[in-house]
Amino acid sequence: MTAIYLDNNATTRTDPAVVEAMLPYFTDHFGNASSAHSFGASVGEAVKAARQKLQALLGAAHDHEIIYTSGGTESDNAAILAALEAMPERNEIVTSKVEHPAILTLCEHLEKTGRAKVHFIGVDRLGQLDIESYRAALSDKVAIVSLMWANNETGTIFPIEGLAELAKQHGALFHTDAVQAAGKTPIALKDSPIDMLSLSGHKLHGPKGIGALYVKKGVRFKPLIRGGHQERARRGGTENVPAIIGLGKAAELALQHMAEEQGRVKDLRDRLETAVVQRVPNCIVNGDRNDRLPNTANIAFEYVESEAILLHLDRAGVAASSGSACTSGSMEPSHVLKAMAVPEAALHGAVRFSFSRDNAASDVDRVIEALPPIVEKLREMSPFWADAEKKTNPVLA
Amino acid sequence: MWEYSDKVKEHFFNPKNAGVLATANAVGEVGALACGDALTLMLHIDPVTEIILEARFQAYGCGSAIASSSALTELVIGKTVAQASAIGSRDIADFLGGLPPEKGHCAVMGSEALQSALADFRGERRAFEFEEGALVCRCHGVDEKAIEQAIRAHQLTSVEQVTARTTAGSGCTTCYERIEDILVRVTAEALRAKEEARVAAEAAARGRQAPAPAAPGTVTLLSSRPRPAPAQPRPESPRPARAAAESSPLTPTSPLPPPSAGMTNLKKIRLIEETIEDLRVYLRKDGGDCELIDVDGSNVLVSLTGACVGCQMASVTVSGIQERLIAKLGIPMRVIPVGRNAHGL
Repeated sequence: MTAIYLDNNATTRTDPAVVEAMLPYFTDHFGNASSAHSFGASVGEAVKAARQKLQALLGAAHDHEIIYTSGGTESDNAAILAALEAMPERNEIVTSKVEHPAILTLCEHLEKTGRAKVHFIGVDRLGQLDIESYRAALSDKVAIVSLMWANNETGTIFPIEGLAELAKQHGALFHTDAVQAAGKTPIALKDSPIDMLSLSGHKLHGPKGIGALYVKKGVRFKPLIRGGHQERARRGGTENVPAIIGLGKAAELALQHMAEEQGRVKDLRDRLETAVVQRVPNCIVNGDRNDRLPNTANIAFEYVESEAILLHLDRAGVAASSGSACTSGSMEPSHVLKAMAVPEAALHGAVRFSFSRDNAASDVDRVIEALPPIVEKLREMSPFWADAEKKTNPVLA
Repeated sequence: MWEYSDKVKEHFFNPKNAGVLATANAVGEVGALACGDALTLMLHIDPVTEIILEARFQAYGCGSAIASSSALTELVIGKTVAQASAIGSRDIADFLGGLPPEKGHCAVMGSEALQSALADFRGERRAFEFEEGALVCRCHGVDEKAIEQAIRAHQLTSVEQVTARTTAGSGCTTCYERIEDILVRVTAEALRAKEEARVAAEAAARGRQAPAPAAPGTVTLLSSRPRPAPAQPRPESPRPARAAAESSPLTPTSPLPPPSAGMTNLKKIRLIEETIEDLRVYLRKDGGDCELIDVDGSNVLVSLTGACVGCQMASVTVSGIQERLIAKLGIPMRVIPVGRNAHGL
């Protein structure tokens, strides 16, 4: 029995076509992209071609608006710190309570060290931004607004262009963490009010350790990593050429598979969600079902703890997650679900199933078969379940 | 992700003695839904021999919480109440072949449920406040309260000292910054309390003929000087001018610590200020900064800002400042880092 992988928001399998594209750049085309000789020149061209593929995925106006980085976290850090440095007259940041730790931890640090005042905007029960609080936080003191395109735990999609529009009215820069959105939902940055966007290679079937930061032409930018003149002096360090080639290939494939993501992958997710809700009592689907990534299902099971479910699922050959991999293994409930005010009984029992184009219909069948008895067994053991069941099922009372 | 021993897995996947025990005459309950962990331990104890005849549990929690509960029942069955009361979290963890560091609290929950059940049997009420404060060190299950208590009881001033006393921070070290925050807060609170007590004592000593000493402008530049509230913006003026302006040397003063080594307090403070001002140049080079907050006898309170905050080398910086001060002033001094919000001491 081969294991089923339903944790694609944590990372994806590198597409074999991506690996194939990368391989020649280790031993054959090993030149430094900055070198003037023939070894460098061909590599430089390949790096440019990869950039154009990313440009196409993001619908950006120019390929030079894309800076290669080591991944989503670096892109996020670079964007926020660049904005603070480029706009010394402004020292406030607006972000949300449900961002990835790459943003939250940095913002908390900036606030603690007195380098910025940060507004952490809350969300509603669906995970959608509290627009009134957002409007209230915006002012001419705000250097940058950073809001995620899609949430990694619930898949909820923010109305990002509208939010960016509001930020622009106050002269603030607008950055979006699109690590989960890129490749899963269409993005068109040309003529959009978005100034900066982060993405990561390994979330879209590319290699790990590579990502990109889009910086709109004309936006004042200060590099996070200073060094050589690579990336037009916006990110020092010799280019990670094989990974860049891989990222380019992954972007090309993601664009080709966009319709499948929105169609077949979404159908798999929906079928799983519907079946689980039908077969398992007392569970809640978290996130905005009207505006959500096509691949993500976050289901909270009341009166059981998610790690216990995940251990059983793992034994049954199903790999899922309790939220972001960065916080799993800790006892703190998800900051995203807490911000969404998920009821106490369900807060610790959330399981995230995240699909990709690698998944098949049979994967869904396996989960539907394995999950209900696991939850039932754990609930029988739970000191809270008997009382709760009586409340929800009058026949037992 | 999961670093569970085979024994933990065995007790998790096939827990022993799970379910309700109808014959129970001793019940211990700990935890809550909100904590993400809860355990109800039910024991059937022979009232004459005090032998635990049966044990069952209901648990809500992660894999190791369920495994610990199962292990606990296996450990207590057949034991007398006296024998069982000696079972601690360590025994549960050992029985399971060890628990991952961040899961140590699961075994603690087991031992608390056991003690609670035994207290119930003896007719006592023993309420355990599970996870009283927020957990700071996950590796060793040390919460905020335990750290605060250690800081107060032993007057700890560095993260290393807190680690030595409480073990907090000796595992993965990710809680280093949080310990530092607690240290800053508790130190500030302790100094504020000491200050208030001193002011109160002075007021009492002066008796009824003198007005309250805390009125602005009536005290010297030492620690009883009124300070701006924490929320107020920090004055831009250089410190020496401010210190001189705020003090009113003509007012009768409260008994001050004797000037050390023939130095006036004013001179001492100026020297301290100069020394710190010199050092700031070096700190700023590394993106950090240090500001003199107050001088209380031989205690010099400073606020480390910028890159110094959260820096693993912060305590080295503090001892560096201390050494410099001692060298310059020729008297023993203690440098205590406090938070930026500690102006309101």
